Amino acid sequence: MLSLIGRRLALSLPLLVIVPTVTFLLAALIPGDVARTILGTDATQAQYLQLRQSLGLNEPLLTRYFTWLGNALHGNLGTSLFWQQPVTSLLDSRVPVTLSLVIGATAVATAVGVVFGVVAALRAGVVGKIVDAIAMVGLAIPNFFLGLLLVTWFAVTLRAFPATGYVPFSQSPGDWLRSIVLPVITLAVPGIAVIAKQTRDAMLEVLDRPFIRTLRAAGVPGRSIIGKHALRNAAIPVVTVIGLIFIGSLSGTVLVETVFALPGLGGLVVQATSQHDLPLIQGVAVYFTVAVICVNLLVDLTYSWLDPRVRVS
Amino acid sequence: MIAVQPQLQASPGTAQPQSFARRFMARPAGVGAAVFLLLLVLACVAAALIAPDNPGTQDLTDVLSGPSAHHLLGTDTLGRDVLSRLLYGGQRSLLSVAEGLAVVLALGVPLGLAAGYRGGGPDRALSRGAEMVMAIPPIIIILVVLAVIPGSENAAMLVFGLLGAPSMLRVVRGATLKVREEPYVTAGRLCGLSPLQVVRRHVLPRVAGPIIVQASIFAAYALLFETGLAYLGLTASSNSPTWGGMVAEASTVIEQQEWLLIPSGALIAITILAFGLLGDAVRDAAAMQDASPAHRRRATVPRDAARHAAPACPPAAPTADEAALLSVRGLSVTGQGRAGQTLVVDSVGFDVFPGETVGLVGESGCGKTVTALAVLRLLPGSLAVTGGQAQWAGHDLLAMPDRAFDALRGSALAYVSQEPQSSLDPSFTVGSQLAEVIRRHDRVPRSAARARAADLLRQVELPDPRRTARAYPHELSGGMAQRAALALALAGRPELLIADEPTTALDVTVQAEMLALLRRLARETGLAVLLITHDWGVVADICDRTIVMYAGQVVERGGVQDLFDRPLHPYTLGLLRSHPSLACAGQPITALPGRVVPPGAWPTGCRFAPRCGFADDACRAGPILLTEHRAGRQARCVHTEQVLPDEVSTR
Repeated sequence: MLSLIGRRLALSLPLLVIVPTVTFLLAALIPGDVARTILGTDATQAQYLQLRQSLGLNEPLLTRYFTWLGNALHGNLGTSLFWQQPVTSLLDSRVPVTLSLVIGATAVATAVGVVFGVVAALRAGVVGKIVDAIAMVGLAIPNFFLGLLLVTWFAVTLRAFPATGYVPFSQSPGDWLRSIVLPVITLAVPGIAVIAKQTRDAMLEVLDRPFIRTLRAAGVPGRSIIGKHALRNAAIPVVTVIGLIFIGSLSGTVLVETVFALPGLGGLVVQATSQHDLPLIQGVAVYFTVAVICVNLLVDLTYSWLDPRVRVS
Repeated sequence: MIAVQPQLQASPGTAQPQSFARRFMARPAGVGAAVFLLLLVLACVAAALIAPDNPGTQDLTDVLSGPSAHHLLGTDTLGRDVLSRLLYGGQRSLLSVAEGLAVVLALGVPLGLAAGYRGGGPDRALSRGAEMVMAIPPIIIILVVLAVIPGSENAAMLVFGLLGAPSMLRVVRGATLKVREEPYVTAGRLCGLSPLQVVRRHVLPRVAGPIIVQASIFAAYALLFETGLAYLGLTASSNSPTWGGMVAEASTVIEQQEWLLIPSGALIAITILAFGLLGDAVRDAAAMQDASPAHRRRATVPRDAARHAAPACPPAAPTADEAALLSVRGLSVTGQGRAGQTLVVDSVGFDVFPGETVGLVGESGCGKTVTALAVLRLLPGSLAVTGGQAQWAGHDLLAMPDRAFDALRGSALAYVSQEPQSSLDPSFTVGSQLAEVIRRHDRVPRSAARARAADLLRQVELPDPRRTARAYPHELSGGMAQRAALALALAGRPELLIADEPTTALDVTVQAEMLALLRRLARETGLAVLLITHDWGVVADICDRTIVMYAGQVVERGGVQDLFDRPLHPYTLGLLRSHPSLACAGQPITALPGRVVPPGAWPTGCRFAPRCGFADDACRAGPILLTEHRAGRQARCVHTEQVLPDEVSTR
């Protein structure tokens, strides 16, 4: 088991270098002068030269890259140009918001999606077509539009939930929950669609396998066939999709946190973009990549728990 | 060269466009999506001509109005016409999608073709590179671009295309790999076309379907992305409208005018949906094209055949034999296909008496397995029992309520299937599956179930029962897995075991052991066995009586010895003669000519007539009945007298 974790980590750790490198190179190689962009047209030449100096733009590209990488390895992701604070401390304070949303959305998408998928597998025909249609629409609605629709119905008209803002869990668990319900649903909808479809397909495939017949004929009751044997085997492809949904939700927070004015990483990175705050954007890239690596590892571990053949090999 | 040419002409690449278009046209959702997208593009391109208003014209006396005759979709916060702004805004959004798509196609298609067609080192390098790019979260990269070049939508979409290209590369590579080895591509290569020509003429047309599908998926994501960036104000320009920007503007006045949100948001959603539906329709239409012509022909035949076949079943089923354990009468099973209903099993009747072993024999496709699954009520959803009964202890198995039948599963009738490895749940240990079945039947605590599981594994002669119980199915050999499956079937102490080709998938030496085990179990426990097989050696080895099936019907029945000595039906005779170990010295082994007529194509007369040396007009005139030749011997043949003497002389 330990060697499996080790092998997976060895495969995914390069990502941790690749993603920041790509963002770094992109920022450096794209035509355009960051210092000029930051200062705008009104700045003096002295201000411009000073900013270039403080950004280290006068150093050769490789020197800048390795300085940045070396610092990053020591947990120093630089200083935000706009906030004038260490990137890590800015980001750390916002991680709980984003994690609440993404974990919540993945959990909701999994629970609802699996139930829909199983029902659709057992009631082929009309229900299957309805699940297909819902999946199509769920994937097509842009999350910022869906979020605004939910705000209109549930916050403005019904006043059931706050339209915007975030309440930390430590302050009031009840208000925390109310503050993330709408954003979580918004983020979860496309996931529900994808997981339902995947679950249905996987269930249909498993229910067609010979062992289902053998167990049924031997007297295993239908509910155990569905709930235990079929679901356990269908879960393997579904888990892959759940991992992808988590990663997709992470990107989705960029829009959803803006719609609901939540103080998370996604909202912050949008502000950082308009403020040309490159160190901050690169910091978010590193945080997102760490999250992706963790999720991939979790997915792999789940595989080996679900599928004894993976465990052995 | 000349010989190869016609083959090249017949390449599906040249023949397919028309039929593909027809199949696509048969999908209303896809056609609707394509028409919508076409109209949308035309409307946006012609915005200057057809828009009712200038997108920038303000009318502060008429702000935030709902739909009206003057403003079909209402007005925004500055009194500008929403419909006009949508049409002009669409220009930017659709252009962005086109930009991204152009990058994806320009990079993904050639690189994918190269990787798939060349293979080897370039393929590995490209695939590895694609994997790496795909792991990068695109949103972050785009935000870096927009931080350095503020507001540049073109830059954002070009980079988005760059990040989308690897997915296209993988799709094209996969499709190319499949096409590469096909005969007409190889032929093209052999007759001296350059790789570029082969790819352009023979590969590209075949991978066009997957490319269009992937392009629609990308277009949907690109639009989602473009409108998202515009919504965030990262690409919005102040003077021209954008769809995403219009949603953002509407969001500021949600409390005053909810309507304003709808036109822009819904149009984005509908357009994305249209791209998705278009991709789905192309994929489905392309998938059907891969189905072989034979497949398609079969799908169209059944309707008439079902009509022909129907009169062949006698209207009233004979009465069940009360002494029998299982007495099947007039069992008919019908398949429900796209093109209609097909009779698969036609009025089958047979008995299994307590403790006896009955062989159900015939070639593949004769309906043996379907007959067994019907009795076990395990038919797949596409098949249904449409007539007959299966009497068990005074009750009809086929008519009793689900709950009542469930009580008999495993405890009255049990089942062993053909595939030993896949007949056990791969996710649970053998012991845990056995224990679950035992606890279901015996209602004993876990420990007692474990002990009995070990007993059962010992009973099926598995070495080291404890270790086997802890093993997962994939850790067992085929023979061991089949024994474990048998233990599972015996756990409920059934009276009848239905075994579907239980030895076919096993090695010859293991087959013999397995048969010996079945024989021993039948003798020691009084278990009745219905053994489905196409192997006369197996029948000779352990069966008491035999039922021969052909094309969904019983064609002959009798005791094993009698049937071997004096087959009454030419089909039985043919099967026996084609079996190497049963053929007599000095007599040539003759293979049975032809193939089993598939359900749906059965002739009205004798179904074996097309393959039968004895056939004449009498055979083809009408349905042949199963007639009693003498006690316990029935055959469905009008020429039994001709079949008989020939065989007697050879034995």
